[in-house]
Amino acid sequence: MLTTDLLTAVPAVEPTAATGVLAAAWLLIALPMLGAAVLLLGGARTDRWGHWIGVLASGAAFVVAFVAWLAMIGLPADERVVDLHLFSWIPAGAFSVDAGLRLDPLSMSFVLLVTFVGTLIHVYSVAYMEHDTSRRRFFAYLNLFVAAMLLLVLADSYVLLFVGWEGVGLASYLLIGFWNHETANAVAAKKAFVANRVGDLGLIVAIALIFATFGATDFTTVLGEAGGASEGVLTAIGLLLLLGATGKSAQFPLQSWLGDAMAGPTPVSALIHAATMVTAGVYLVVRSGPIYDGAPTALLVVAIVGAITLMFGAIVGSAKDDIKKALAASTMSQIGYMMLGAGLGPIGYAFAIFHLLTHGFFKAGMFLGAGSVMHGMDDTVDMRRFGGLSAFMKVTWVTFGFGWLAILGVPPFSGFFSKDKIIESAFAMNGGEGWQPWVFGLTAMIGAGITAFYMSRLFFMTFHGKQRWSDGHGGGATDPDAPVRHPHESPALMTWPMIILAVGSAGLGGLLAAGSSFTTWLEPVTGHVEEHEPVLAVPVITVTTLVLVAVGVALAWRQYWASAVAVVPPHGSLLTRAARKDLYQDEVNDALLVLPGQVATRSLVYGDRTVVDGAFTGLARGVVGLGAGLRRLQNGLVRSYAAIMLAGVVVLVAVVLAFGI
Amino acid sequence: MPAQFPWLTTLIVVPLLGAAVVWALPGAARRHARPVAIGVALVELVLAVVAALSFDTSQAGVHQLAEKAAWIPSLGVSYAVGVDGVGLALVLLSVLLTPLVLLAAWREHPDVHPDGLHVEGGSRIRHYVALILVLEAFMVAVFAARDVFFFYVLFEAMLIPVYFMIGAFGGAGRRYAAVKFLLFSLAGGLVMLVGVITLYLHGPRGDEGFLIDNLVGNVSMSTTTQRLVFLAFFIAFAIKAPMWPVHTWLPDTAEQAPVGTSVLLVGVLDKVGTFGMLTLCLPLFPEASRWAAPVIIVLAVISILYGGLLAIGQQDLMRLIAYTSVSHFGFIVLGIFAFTSVSVQGSSLYMVNHGLSTGALFLVAGFLVARSGSARISDHGGLQKVVPVLAGTFLVAGLSALSLPGLSTFVSEFLVLVGTFGAYKAAAVVAAFGVVLAALYVLLTYQRAFTGPVRDDLPPMKDLTLRERWVVGPLIAAMLVLGFYPALALDLVREPASVTLEQVGVDDVTPTLALSVDGSDQ
Repeated sequence: MLTTDLLTAVPAVEPTAATGVLAAAWLLIALPMLGAAVLLLGGARTDRWGHWIGVLASGAAFVVAFVAWLAMIGLPADERVVDLHLFSWIPAGAFSVDAGLRLDPLSMSFVLLVTFVGTLIHVYSVAYMEHDTSRRRFFAYLNLFVAAMLLLVLADSYVLLFVGWEGVGLASYLLIGFWNHETANAVAAKKAFVANRVGDLGLIVAIALIFATFGATDFTTVLGEAGGASEGVLTAIGLLLLLGATGKSAQFPLQSWLGDAMAGPTPVSALIHAATMVTAGVYLVVRSGPIYDGAPTALLVVAIVGAITLMFGAIVGSAKDDIKKALAASTMSQIGYMMLGAGLGPIGYAFAIFHLLTHGFFKAGMFLGAGSVMHGMDDTVDMRRFGGLSAFMKVTWVTFGFGWLAILGVPPFSGFFSKDKIIESAFAMNGGEGWQPWVFGLTAMIGAGITAFYMSRLFFMTFHGKQRWSDGHGGGATDPDAPVRHPHESPALMTWPMIILAVGSAGLGGLLAAGSSFTTWLEPVTGHVEEHEPVLAVPVITVTTLVLVAVGVALAWRQYWASAVAVVPPHGSLLTRAARKDLYQDEVNDALLVLPGQVATRSLVYGDRTVVDGAFTGLARGVVGLGAGLRRLQNGLVRSYAAIMLAGVVVLVAVVLAFGI
Repeated sequence: MPAQFPWLTTLIVVPLLGAAVVWALPGAARRHARPVAIGVALVELVLAVVAALSFDTSQAGVHQLAEKAAWIPSLGVSYAVGVDGVGLALVLLSVLLTPLVLLAAWREHPDVHPDGLHVEGGSRIRHYVALILVLEAFMVAVFAARDVFFFYVLFEAMLIPVYFMIGAFGGAGRRYAAVKFLLFSLAGGLVMLVGVITLYLHGPRGDEGFLIDNLVGNVSMSTTTQRLVFLAFFIAFAIKAPMWPVHTWLPDTAEQAPVGTSVLLVGVLDKVGTFGMLTLCLPLFPEASRWAAPVIIVLAVISILYGGLLAIGQQDLMRLIAYTSVSHFGFIVLGIFAFTSVSVQGSSLYMVNHGLSTGALFLVAGFLVARSGSARISDHGGLQKVVPVLAGTFLVAGLSALSLPGLSTFVSEFLVLVGTFGAYKAAAVVAAFGVVLAALYVLLTYQRAFTGPVRDDLPPMKDLTLRERWVVGPLIAAMLVLGFYPALALDLVREPASVTLEQVGVDDVTPTLALSVDGSDQ
């Protein structure tokens, strides 16, 4: 059943004009945008019911998405690439960009994910944010995010994509800093935006190069004519797009913002920093497939970035005690898998998106679970003070458990189907020739074992083992520092979204893998792929991976369930200490960028005053020829200046006349 | 209405008459100076919109609404006005900002002299609003002037109202700032005067020898002379714009000037510099423009990065905004001298968008300073909790300064970068780092002033009043409209960009793929 494939040249499907329901796809963006506008402009008047407006706007977008999807599957496969022209957006002569939407199986997959998971998270937030006085503003930002994210995936040109791209960055900034009365949260928000801007710089230059090459920025022209451009140009475009992708998707070397982004309310972490926005980089690479097809070097770099990040995140995730930061590291690592999948080229595109979808479900589910735990544990996140919560939060425990099994890749849960496909494809990289299949395949496989370790660690530390908190009546931990907690299950508005996502974590993978239905569905975009064998037999890969996963779980069980977990982090090995500090990412960035930047800024500020301005004020003093200089000047010697200057002009004009220049 | 109705003259005369009326108000009526001035500015706005309706956008490259009359025929000087799309856009920007600045000044400048002297009721504000109206007339005139000498006179005359607005109504260091502003401007203007005279002497002369239309293509100068005269003009414009390294007057001025003055000064007046480069330097001195372009491109890129870095290092809100403008003017100059149709359109559009965005930023910063009593960023903190609407409008204005897509500045900055890339790849790539610096200076400022714990040493503050919302509301609306539907402005600047390139004698860049297909036919 498990075979991996290699692309043969398949002609791109020509887009057709949207009709019927698909012609109304602009509503997908307009509805949540309207929701955001009503909530932001409505002010305090909408405080009481504003959150339901937010839910309604997102839910309505899902209904539109579902109907549009039904319409699309009603079309034959070669008519499923549909363009919807909206209006002429930037009619700047040679540079003309239309606002238009591209509806195809790729964008539709995202639209369904974003609106479905997004709506569930809106519902969850109604309860989660109930006691926040700014709940209305929170929903406005969530709606804004959904609108921007849908624009990002639906745009039919790189320029319009960029609008959504920075739009989600703005929403992310606003939501990470939602509780910005804490300076640390405000700093985290700014850090995320600035790191993203570094990536966006790459995207801007990529678009400039695309325009300079193709004279257009719409997908139809650019991707259709990519084959005509030289490999050098395509490589440059590919690498620049990748820079954009590393910013948005928190991939090495622009990964440092994601951990800090956990400062945002947990539903935000679930929706933006796990399920959807951070995967936009993967979307960008897959969407730009025809460019990467002609740029093998760029594609290899994509795979390398993915492989580094998947190990980076896995190592960091193994050392974090903050439940949200551990999940964030895991997200980074899982997106590393997707990026690696995308970096495999046509054999991996579909699997990258497949894993993106299943990850969207199980990771969002686990983040909501973490939020539920925090809800019951007085908003604390230190797993060293959790433990034994399975008895108190049954629904949270079971739904989280589904997500845990899914990310581990235990059959038949979702992650098994999607992650295994990426590992297999990695072993088939480069047509099974040379070093690449071994290096990338083994990295992905070992990463699966580490994933099993850190996720089991998280799961056991939180839900199993001894209670490391006190219930205030002598139960649980008895050490004097033990915090008093009263864990309880969350309300139905929170548990139902978790249950639905848990169902997806369990069944979505198998459903989409059955009969290769998902890869076939994506074929109009990613092309049809022919079978190709990996360097190891598929059953060997599957079994070895499962063994590694079992080892990871067993190690975590021994250390974090069977034996007592220290409430104070032990000193730890060199690697553990480095991983706790995110492998010194901030220290490196500070030394390489922040510090030199500060020195440059300070010296320039000083130099502007003394050297640049000093030169002119000095000149003024010289002209006047009076030692008193500026002091006199302030006393109204304007006339004398003017007179001197006028004299100068007269002389100059005389020179001009005399010499007849 | 008759086609030959003198719209532009009307637009110049109305604010001048309004200023005269305000000055002539008798004692008791003087306290109504502000409403009268706002009424005049609104009438002017309506007139300008009506005038714009008779502008044929399909011929936006042609100077329309033209009028001409002899002024000093013996010296070849005419009164000639007319606007192409770019001029019209800047006239509209001027008449939009003026009433907003007047409305914003409603509670500023109480009738107490800054030195503590109480002056008779309504007297000082009367001078201030009248000066703004005079300035409005000059702004409209300068963007419409089609005679080099007339342009020069306006270029210098504009200094007078601004000098008094800063020197009489500014902050504690206003005198130094006013003089510095005047000296830099005068120095530039006088160098330009030499150029103006030399230009005339080498032109067709005659009673209409200063008409731009008569001069373009009819100036016979040696290459060296053309380059020197070009430099005379360019230096004046670079000081006005302002570009690195002649920018140092701007932060001092912006720090001391009344907020409304800064809005008009940076939002509109400084555009005369870049407008002059576009409509005088390029058409009159095509060869010299091409000769100087590489150096100017380097200076522009330096301005972009230098302005951005300096903005990050500022402690004073107003100085910070001034430095962001140095960076933004760098983008405008970059686009003009990259000589591609896309970059020139981007720069033309940038002039309008920067007026909206910096205007909004100065105004909201002014509202903040009026409440807290300090322009030092570090004197603030946590204000989003206290004045959420003010914080929100500041953030929106800041986001437009960092060219967030959806707001109008994005379109212009993007066009400049993409257009420049076609001609000067390295310059465009280095300039693009400006977008990272912009994110830093805007969000760092927002973080320091509006987030974190609420400072308890701040005076009690009220959120934006209805009047203040009416000041920033139209600007934000304009930024959104031109962000989502920039065609409204692009239709005005597209044709002029092609005309300019033709005058400079540069072919637009062609996509490389099209080149290789046409060239090698593989």
